Amino acid sequence: MERDAVPYLPRGVRLHFDAVRDAWVLLAPERAISLDPVGHAVLSEIDGTRSFGAIADALAAAYDASPDQIESDAAGFLRALRDRRFLEVR
Amino acid sequence: MTDPRPPIAMLAELTHRCPLSCPYCSNPLELARQEAELDTETWAGVFAQAAALGVLQLHLSGGEPASRRDLEPLVRAAREAGLYTNLITSGIGLTERRLAALDAAGLDHVQLSLQGTDADMADRIGGYRGGFDRKMQVARWIGDIGFPLTLNAVPHRQNLHQLPRAIEMAVEMGARRIEVATVQFHGWALRNRDAMMPTREQAREADAIVAEARARLKGTLVIDYVPADYHSDYPKKCMGGWGSTGLVVAPDGAVMPCHAASSIPHLSFDNVRDTTLERTWYHGSAFNAYRGTDWMQEPCASCERKRVDFGGCRCQAMAIVGDPAATDPVCIKSPHRAALTAQADAHAAANAPLVHRTAPGKPVPDPVD
Repeated sequence: MERDAVPYLPRGVRLHFDAVRDAWVLLAPERAISLDPVGHAVLSEIDGTRSFGAIADALAAAYDASPDQIESDAAGFLRALRDRRFLEVR
Repeated sequence: MTDPRPPIAMLAELTHRCPLSCPYCSNPLELARQEAELDTETWAGVFAQAAALGVLQLHLSGGEPASRRDLEPLVRAAREAGLYTNLITSGIGLTERRLAALDAAGLDHVQLSLQGTDADMADRIGGYRGGFDRKMQVARWIGDIGFPLTLNAVPHRQNLHQLPRAIEMAVEMGARRIEVATVQFHGWALRNRDAMMPTREQAREADAIVAEARARLKGTLVIDYVPADYHSDYPKKCMGGWGSTGLVVAPDGAVMPCHAASSIPHLSFDNVRDTTLERTWYHGSAFNAYRGTDWMQEPCASCERKRVDFGGCRCQAMAIVGDPAATDPVCIKSPHRAALTAQADAHAAANAPLVHRTAPGKPVPDPVD
């Protein structure tokens, strides 16, 4: 994903806290995807206005991690969501 | 047996009434009458119980769910309970105004059925003249509102040649997903095997069409594919394993592990009018009947795939072998597989008129065979 791309969750895809399982899930058409803490952190940063680069930098700072590593992990995760049409980019 | 985990999905069959009469309808032959249907308040209570039990995805289906005049308040109640709401519809009964009301009620997603890619085919299969044109109008309204859309095509011998066009239509409509669910032979479809069984060549052709389209449309259209199972080597992992991920509530409140489970005569089903969903899910006899692997016979019991497909479909074992605890006869390890292959080829070579489903309360036509 390009650093200046702006990812967003399209209509019908939303984060949901599953109180029964005490975990975050991504709800999408006819699917519920369990999120690990990293996946949840990445999706929580997505607000439809900030670029992927800004999001990766923020995550790297928040988790005191290598920006390259964060960027590559997050890009892989988001690409998989995009292939399933759970994420769009503008 | 380990304790079952909470269910993820619930299929609410709001009604068995439907303007269409598809010959592969997944409703049982004994259709619930309107007077037996749960009322709005009872459904709302069931939705709240489902959410508390761990259900995330609610599929509002039927029959035709739009035949319920209270569909909009039902969607609202489901959203208030915290459920993701999916409307499974033929589109018939939806107007621009009702769709706007469903939007306001918080409906998350629409799954629109496709009986054929032109009016001749679709209206003949659906048994409803004008249905196709109406459906196309509804699809435009869905697009205007911006509901995420899944198209649900059911290929069978008579319309399988239209599969490439169905995929094209999904893209044109802006659908994010198409389900290519080759006809499964339960309920009404079991009466129509001579008319609808695909040939083996068609089944392989469908595999190839789907594989090609998946590669070409990656990132544009997701294709979920249910292959023609009489022509597969291994059975489908029916319901993800009995009583493991989902439950079905019938129009009259009966709670079942799958929508065809009433075809297994020895099962008895709890009803939401009498007991809680939680009690039914964890302790109901029908849910525990084929849960896990303890119930299995050979060749399932010692099979390395027993946790892959959980022995396949119990209703299919019942329908074809007469024993719901038998290995799904689709499995190449089943002693009944050779007979099923011969039967599938005979059905595929046969010719018979379609037997359309009837309306609730109307007599069921006699089987042809």
